[in-house]
Amino acid sequence: MSAAETTTTPATVTLQAEGSVARRQAWSRTSRWILLAATLLGLVVLVILGIDNAIVGIPSLDWDFLSNYPSRFAERAGIRSSILGSVWVLVFTVIFAIPVAVGAAVWMEEFAPQNAILTTVRLNIANLAGVPSIIYGILGLAVFVRLMELGPSILAGALTLALMILPMTVITSVEAINQVAPSIREGSLALGATRWQTVWNHVLPGAMPGILTGTILAVARAAGETAALIMIGAFTFIAFDPALSFGGLLDSFTTLPIQVYNWTIRPQPEFRANAAAGIIVLMIAVIGLNALALVVRDRLRRN
Amino acid sequence: MSIRVRATSPTDEQAREALRGKPAAEHRPSENVAKPEGDLAFSISDLSLWYSGKQALTRVGLDIPRKKVTALIGPSGCGKSTLIRCLNRMNDLIPGVTIEGNVTYRNADIYGSDVDPVEVRRRIGMVFQKPNPFPKSIYENVAFGAKVNGFRGNLDDLVESSLKRAALWDEVRDDLKKSGLALSGGQQQRLCIARALANNPDVILMDEPCSALDPIATLKIEDLMRELTTDYTIVVVTHNMQQAARVSDYTAFMLTDEEITGQLIEYAPTETMFTQPADQRTEDYISGRFG
Repeated sequence: MSAAETTTTPATVTLQAEGSVARRQAWSRTSRWILLAATLLGLVVLVILGIDNAIVGIPSLDWDFLSNYPSRFAERAGIRSSILGSVWVLVFTVIFAIPVAVGAAVWMEEFAPQNAILTTVRLNIANLAGVPSIIYGILGLAVFVRLMELGPSILAGALTLALMILPMTVITSVEAINQVAPSIREGSLALGATRWQTVWNHVLPGAMPGILTGTILAVARAAGETAALIMIGAFTFIAFDPALSFGGLLDSFTTLPIQVYNWTIRPQPEFRANAAAGIIVLMIAVIGLNALALVVRDRLRRN
Repeated sequence: MSIRVRATSPTDEQAREALRGKPAAEHRPSENVAKPEGDLAFSISDLSLWYSGKQALTRVGLDIPRKKVTALIGPSGCGKSTLIRCLNRMNDLIPGVTIEGNVTYRNADIYGSDVDPVEVRRRIGMVFQKPNPFPKSIYENVAFGAKVNGFRGNLDDLVESSLKRAALWDEVRDDLKKSGLALSGGQQQRLCIARALANNPDVILMDEPCSALDPIATLKIEDLMRELTTDYTIVVVTHNMQQAARVSDYTAFMLTDEEITGQLIEYAPTETMFTQPADQRTEDYISGRFG
């Protein structure tokens, strides 16, 4: 630009938005409020439900409620057996699902030939994660309860839930394994480590935060599962603790969400208060698991 | 001449056959290839490589002497990294790789059917372009190779001697428990060299080991390379011609032109290469006319 041209340009400019800039900015400001409203809608509904539920449920929530077995009388009924049932079923769900899920993920990412068959398998695992839980319930009923003659037992319930959370856990494990830098694998293999030594010493430790987060979120989902367990016949009146033995695995059981469902279909309003109290306990457990997932992920990432 | 083709399926092989152009098949290997004197570490002959049917090396042949530094130079995409990765079978890890030709290491065929790539990599260490220490302590980084290879001696001594050989001991002796990632780039690269040395390899392959480092760190690595040649064979890929001139005994110049990918143009003692190159293209490259 020459000196002559510089002098012809105006010395002052207005930097206020006008014309198309003003229109685009106006839309941008509006969109912000619309998006905020979308966020709040979900949140407000949740808070209202939570408060409404708390008003009904909190009066029933005391130590007796937590430590009593279910009863025909609303004021004596508690969730002892359903809490124990939930814990027991979830522990075995994790024991069955996690090794299989992590193993499958490691195989797909580290060992399998990357070909069309593997792509199909991957796609179908993603599809399985979207299958409604009642379908897993039907499968569990046919295979574990009937075919394997486990009956409506803790073992059958845990196997069914393990099957249900398997696809989701495989997917999160695959993603976590993918996060491990390829240069780390190369460095390890170049030192004469085998594939397995590389996986064990570098890939799995690096993927652990992601795998744990995925696992905890999957367990949170299993903790709230009702349909699949009702399907396999866990809809029973349980007035005893599950036995701490292998035989105990074949005991029938109930879980917290089933107990809540059970109470909500009773005609008496007192049971509805019990259901609300059960929901509070379940919500605290599930939110607690989700919070734990966040903490675990942050803690392990930092190290 | 032995020819091996490893393919995942017959259809892959047919596709590859179709993709290999004519020029490559008719390519005559360069005549300006010197025969180094003394013991040889590697003898490469007629080596061609394809990544999923796309040619990356064309009939490369050269001998790499023992206990010397051999530099591979050439512009980007000339196949020098591909060539160095053939020497410890790191290319095996890439799906869809096909290799033809012969690579022998001290008279043993590296691609022989009874050869285990893990054993090859244990004897032939590698340092990469970007320092890649494991996200573990300095100690564990150095001890890892020994541990996976079933080392039975004193690990502390091994870690100390390896770090000393890599000229890193004095800087890290008090924080062996510190993460390898907490070191500077140059220190990380020397840690990676120490890690390779701890395996007691015969050969160390270095794939542009200084390209991510500043000039001072680069100088330290170059000094180290010179010192290590008393016991080790070093093959180094470099973008930097001055580096090749400073550190290497032999230099190989590679080039990809319009017709032939990854060919060896000239191979000679470094001094000869930089003072009296036999090929016009070598002269153009080392005098900075392209690349």
